[in-house]
Amino acid sequence: MTIMLRTRGLAKTFTLHLRGGLRMPVLHDIDLSVSAGECVVLTGPSGAGKSTLMRSLYGNYRADVGQILIRHRGEMTDIATADPRAILAVRRDTLGYVSQFLRVVPRVSALDIVAEQARDGDGHEQARALLMRLNIPERLHAIPPATFSGGEQQRINLARGFIANHPILLLDEPTASLDAKNRAVVIRMVRDAKVRGTAIVAICHDADVRDAIADRLFTMTPCQEAA
Amino acid sequence: MTGPALLSARGLGLTFGTIPALADVDVDLWPSEMLAIVGESGSGKTTLLTVLSGRLKPDRGSVRYRDPDGHIHDVHAMPAPVLRRLHRSDWGFVHQDPRQNLRMAVSAGGNVGERLMAQGARHYGDIRAAALDWLGQVEIDAERIDDLPRTFSGGMLQRLQIARTLVTHPRLVFMDEPTGGLDVSVQARLLDLIRSLVSRPRIAVVLVTHDIAVARLLAHRIAVMQRGRIVETGLTDQVLDDPQHPYTQLLVSSVLSA
Repeated sequence: MTIMLRTRGLAKTFTLHLRGGLRMPVLHDIDLSVSAGECVVLTGPSGAGKSTLMRSLYGNYRADVGQILIRHRGEMTDIATADPRAILAVRRDTLGYVSQFLRVVPRVSALDIVAEQARDGDGHEQARALLMRLNIPERLHAIPPATFSGGEQQRINLARGFIANHPILLLDEPTASLDAKNRAVVIRMVRDAKVRGTAIVAICHDADVRDAIADRLFTMTPCQEAA
Repeated sequence: MTGPALLSARGLGLTFGTIPALADVDVDLWPSEMLAIVGESGSGKTTLLTVLSGRLKPDRGSVRYRDPDGHIHDVHAMPAPVLRRLHRSDWGFVHQDPRQNLRMAVSAGGNVGERLMAQGARHYGDIRAAALDWLGQVEIDAERIDDLPRTFSGGMLQRLQIARTLVTHPRLVFMDEPTGGLDVSVQARLLDLIRSLVSRPRIAVVLVTHDIAVARLLAHRIAVMQRGRIVETGLTDQVLDDPQHPYTQLLVSSVLSA
């Protein structure tokens, strides 16, 4: 299987300058590897660094030590050392991220927010189909999602993440605010993506969803307390 | 987003009396990207914008601009008429106070058309059509084309300034607190407009703002200034979500939600 994402010796410590330079080690010596068509779910107690690892993989947090290799246009790019413009190119073409919360521009409609993430063809047609699949009724498509419920916003976020068909997808609690019917939709979307060869890393506390999508678990443990 | 930079500054230094306004500042800007410069009042961000745009000469360092033909120009060594021509065509400058850029005694349409005329456009019908088109793009009612800007609200004036700036299709636009001094609802509309207008290919923007939320919404990259120095620079969301420098951590922790 083609390895799509691999970390080597990844470590991350937060230094809180406003707290007298307090150092909080969160990640230590992380070696994670994910192949095309595989879904790896991060597990471990709260504070084990699951979200920190996820954000580091996306380049949202800066890795201190080690490599984060992403297969981008056939070659491995190290997110840990790539310059900002290279990271943006990886995000545009290769690496998708569905966060727990929707952060969007005021005044932009749900449909446009999703459509603008499409990488080919008519974004609006694909966006409409995805929103319908996620049970967002058509009357909401033209409305900016700021006033939507938590579950609706999460589904807008999922549509944004899935529309681009990125070869690698990071999912942070993709079903946290969803009811059973929509959880089932997301499970099917993840399975379809795996069939297409998408490599997926997910955090998900819902045991049923986890069992339904995970090919493998990656168990994390909290780092030792600050020295 | 590869290839040579559009604008490159190296080792900029400037002192006002005994106050260091800029120290060891390096900046690169590539085509089609937006770079936000953030920091508190007095951190030197507006001074940096003024120096980058050639309006103020630094004591040390240089700013180089790459023209469409690939020629490199030292911005502060350019003859004044050449720099003025650049500001009228290839470059644009959006001021916090639109009155600095607009002619208050000339109609809205005239304000937009004037920049085209400065570029050599002479056909009245074409100029008026272009002005009408741009007023529409910045959501100003076509009926207002012959009105004087002094009858416009603050938000409308700012949108008119943006139309006037973008009508010549500049490759490089400098913006100094474009949403400063506007009501929050007016700001949101303007931000959305700026975002859609500059997401068109080939427009590069240097945006000065004290508002971290504005930088997050619009900018690809961010540079944080403190006392005339860039203390941290990088990918916008990385710098704001995982700030490394003590001053950036203070700046980010001081806002409610960015």
